Amino acid sequence: MKLVTAVIKPYKLDDVKTALQEMGVQGMTVTEASGYGRQRGHTEVYRGAEYRVDLVPKARIEVLVEDADTDAVIAAVVAAARTGKIGDGKVWAVPVETAVRVRTGEYGPDAL
Amino acid sequence: MTLPYTARGRGPLVLLLSAGQSAVNAADTAWLLAATAMVLLMTPGLALFYGGMVRSKSVLNMLMMSFVSIALVTMVWLLAGYSLAFGSDAGGLGLIGGLENAGMHGIGPTAMHGHVPTLLFATFQMTFAVITAALISGAVADRARFGAWVVFVPVWTLAVYVPVAHWVFADGGWIVAKLHALDYAGGTVVEVCSGASGLAMAMVLGPRLGFRKDSMRPHNLPLVLLGAGLLWFGWFGFNAGSALGANGMAGAAFLNTQTAGCAGLLGWLVVEKRRDGHATTLGAASGSVAGLVAITPSCGSVDVPGAAVVGLAAGVLCSYAVSWKFRWGVDDSLDVVGVHLVGGIVGTALIGLLATESMTGGPEGLFYGGGLTQLGRQLVAIAAVGAYAFAVTYALGKVIDTLMGFRASEEHERTGLDLTVHAETAYDHGVLTHGMSHGASVHAAAHGLHDRSPLG
Repeated sequence: MKLVTAVIKPYKLDDVKTALQEMGVQGMTVTEASGYGRQRGHTEVYRGAEYRVDLVPKARIEVLVEDADTDAVIAAVVAAARTGKIGDGKVWAVPVETAVRVRTGEYGPDAL
Repeated sequence: MTLPYTARGRGPLVLLLSAGQSAVNAADTAWLLAATAMVLLMTPGLALFYGGMVRSKSVLNMLMMSFVSIALVTMVWLLAGYSLAFGSDAGGLGLIGGLENAGMHGIGPTAMHGHVPTLLFATFQMTFAVITAALISGAVADRARFGAWVVFVPVWTLAVYVPVAHWVFADGGWIVAKLHALDYAGGTVVEVCSGASGLAMAMVLGPRLGFRKDSMRPHNLPLVLLGAGLLWFGWFGFNAGSALGANGMAGAAFLNTQTAGCAGLLGWLVVEKRRDGHATTLGAASGSVAGLVAITPSCGSVDVPGAAVVGLAAGVLCSYAVSWKFRWGVDDSLDVVGVHLVGGIVGTALIGLLATESMTGGPEGLFYGGGLTQLGRQLVAIAAVGAYAFAVTYALGKVIDTLMGFRASEEHERTGLDLTVHAETAYDHGVLTHGMSHGASVHAAAHGLHDRSPLG
């Protein structure tokens, strides 16, 4: 199993969610996140004073997938989240040792 | 009892007609009742205006400094403030009133101030004192000890506001009766006074931790605009109510107020669009307030084109003035100086240029053929009120700081005053706190099982 994590522009969340649902992904966890990459945030102006805002709002999506599906899921997220402009975000995957469905006690890949 | 009645800024003719008349005028009284309620609403409006501009960890403290001022100033006003401001002049010097009406002694429902009940006039004036004190809180945002503020407000009201109100608003006050400066609704008493006092308090407390380094952007601009709207609404009571009657001057002041507020809004937006690239909501709120501040003294002495000039000048000048604090390193957090002191000076000084006989019933400004006389009087009034308010407030702030400490502890300031001072938080963020953790705390507290201090 792999945990695929995507940090994307918040307004791209619906597109990514739809793409994942269409390829059969059963569930996901979404959190509001703050961060920056090469874009280095943005500037806001209040009463003429410029404020550098480094940490900009992001959506963080986490999906548990079987090993074989990893590349397809990552490709779907990247395709759905891309605008081509700076600040589109990042997607990565890490190995997951085990998982349990709380309601049934199903174990390993059966829990996905 | 009949107090002699001077229609401020309307000259000797109206004074002559009004003096000695003591019958209640129902229309005047009805309008002043409404206007008084409108001015009181300005202070909750100010609380929201300020509250939206601070960071979310101290918004409740910001609101509380205004709300507690309503209660504190009301009490001290009834106790002695009204009498010292509007009681018969002590010694004929025009500096302070007497104490004969302390505790509102001797003023019943039949006592008249001009055509309106004295008790109503006293209440109307009370609402001015309330918002002037509350205005200062913008200069000490996020870092004042609440207990020290509670001590400061009533003492400041008696030591600073009340004498200045006597100078400018009371019959026999030296600025109105001897200097003959014009200030219809309180450009000096409210705006210059609060601005100079805010400057003093910002200097006494020192800058917020992280000033000029950390991002201290406003946390809720919709609140700021709601507050600005309430201020704008109440300002009609402030300025048109200062006619103390339902009459042509009230109507003229009302329209001047609208004109200047709009000109200020547009002036500020044009400056920031050209300078910063964007017209902002905070700019619209600030510009309208700047215009309204400046028309406060002048709404009874300029015509409609004059009001547009006053508002525009204030919107443009204040939009530049707010950056002074970063250059000077004095953390006037919410720009009490940049908006209220500068706007108050602009509006009060421009009377010297733009006053017209059709409004004042006498004095004229430079542009209307009146020469430099009136401008000189206006500048003396500004200097006197500004210097007095700054000096006495600075001394008072230092004394309170020495006796009990005015600055919140570093831990409280970093954590936020909402939690550390008031044991509350303004917003319930996120799924983990929606009605869950609080239920458990109430149960424990009700049984006295834990220390209620939020920091343990």
